[in-house]
Amino acid sequence: MATLTPGFHGHRRTRGDRLPPGQFRTEDFPVLSAGPTPEVPLDRWEFTLTTEDGEQHRWTWEQFQALPQQDVTTDLHCVTRWSKFDTRWRGVSLDTLLEGVATGARFALAECHGGYTTNLPLDDLRGGKAWIAHTYDGEPLAAEHGGPARLLVPHLYFWKSAKWISGITLGRTDRRGFWEQFGYHDYGDPWREQRTWND
Amino acid sequence: MSDWRRAELRARTPESTTARTLHLTVDGWPGHLPGQHVDVRLTADDGYRAVRSYSLSAPADGDRIEISVQPAPFGEVSPYLAEDFPVGAGIEVKGPLGGWFVWKPERPGPVLLVAGGSGIAPLAAMLRARLDLGDAGPPFHLAYSLRDPGQRWFGALLDGIAEAEDPAVTAACLYTRTAPPGHPRPVGRITAADLDLPGFRPADGALAFVCGPTAFVEKAANLLVHLGHRPDRVRTERFG
Amino acid sequence: MRDGNALAGPLSDLFLPDPTTAWRLCPGCGTDAALAALHVYDQGPAAVARCPRCSEIAFRVARHPGQLWFDFGRGGALRFPAS
Repeated sequence: MATLTPGFHGHRRTRGDRLPPGQFRTEDFPVLSAGPTPEVPLDRWEFTLTTEDGEQHRWTWEQFQALPQQDVTTDLHCVTRWSKFDTRWRGVSLDTLLEGVATGARFALAECHGGYTTNLPLDDLRGGKAWIAHTYDGEPLAAEHGGPARLLVPHLYFWKSAKWISGITLGRTDRRGFWEQFGYHDYGDPWREQRTWND
Repeated sequence: MSDWRRAELRARTPESTTARTLHLTVDGWPGHLPGQHVDVRLTADDGYRAVRSYSLSAPADGDRIEISVQPAPFGEVSPYLAEDFPVGAGIEVKGPLGGWFVWKPERPGPVLLVAGGSGIAPLAAMLRARLDLGDAGPPFHLAYSLRDPGQRWFGALLDGIAEAEDPAVTAACLYTRTAPPGHPRPVGRITAADLDLPGFRPADGALAFVCGPTAFVEKAANLLVHLGHRPDRVRTERFG
Repeated sequence: MRDGNALAGPLSDLFLPDPTTAWRLCPGCGTDAALAALHVYDQGPAAVARCPRCSEIAFRVARHPGQLWFDFGRGGALRFPAS
């Protein structure tokens, strides 16, 4: 029989229209990292999209900034159970980056400075659901939060929104990323509480 | 494999305006070495559990242990433990844990303790264990970096060391922002001069324990290595 | 960021002797470090322990519902003190 700790509730895990199961709302913006924060100078920053056939599309920071930019306000849901509402981002839609890219791939693997990776279905990067974001709350994205630029896929758990992104490789088969190889869910829908392989 | 043991809160005493020391009684506590820590597990009535690590801030005393808690902003566990956890109520602890950041009282040779903020907690256990040895113990010096006098934990212990004027056990507060009137050291971050002390140099066979926030630990450990201390004689514990 | 000291509890379910006093020679950069001295990133989904010099992953440990996970990262032998 476990010892109950009277009056201890942890962060209040209340359900609501905007709060997925098992989550609590925070006003904070916790910094979660699996390793040291890489320094990525803008003059050496590059984003590379690689198709399943090995065809590469590259953008320098300057070229990337010249692309159409979108402002996004969205809720974030982290698998460590915090959710943050109404976060404001600016970045380039993956629809823009994928325009004119010939691919029959179904899967994508995001790759990052520092070695982090995460996998997603390519469909989840299309249709106005994903961005490469470089601005948070009106300011250049801080390095601790993934700057100069991170993937933003807010309809999935936030570990899919890879920090310090350097590229995306498309594939016909799904290749598991850093956390997905370690028991975390391939898809990670917070509303279906897809945290681990068994969810 | 360590098991979870039930612990009951006996008393809560202040270390600063916000930090508290929790005095716990643990069922079947096997004793511990100064520097070791415990994992603390809290269980909500819906089964939700949270686990955190806390250094033991006093040496072994039968089934009694002490942990010292600084409530973190937005914290899930530390504000509860510091403010709300009722006396007489139970939590679970696993331990004692860790065999690296540990001072064994039978070890001869001087010991240099370097604390940053709440990193003082495990070093206070070492200091108290040293005082328990009386004249038989090795030289100890504590360099305690803290923001201002209001953040000075273990005041009675430090006052006692100052009043005893025993050259074998000394403590210096290194205030980084505000010092009390008349304090001999200028306000500022830790420097090599704070750690380059006769009797505690590499040639004296000193063992150093450094505990605090990561940036502080990196800085203090680098200062010690530059002073010639062997890296394996500079034991570190970093948090946050 | 914390360090390997903090893993004494989580690893006590996996190792009989205290693993934080074991040493690991990093196969990446050759740094020899006690497990207690590894850099540990444990604010995310699971704890990631890395070489304090080159940041190569030493191991990862996680507690999932009903399962304890451990992976050996880029490897490197662990040397335990023994009598």
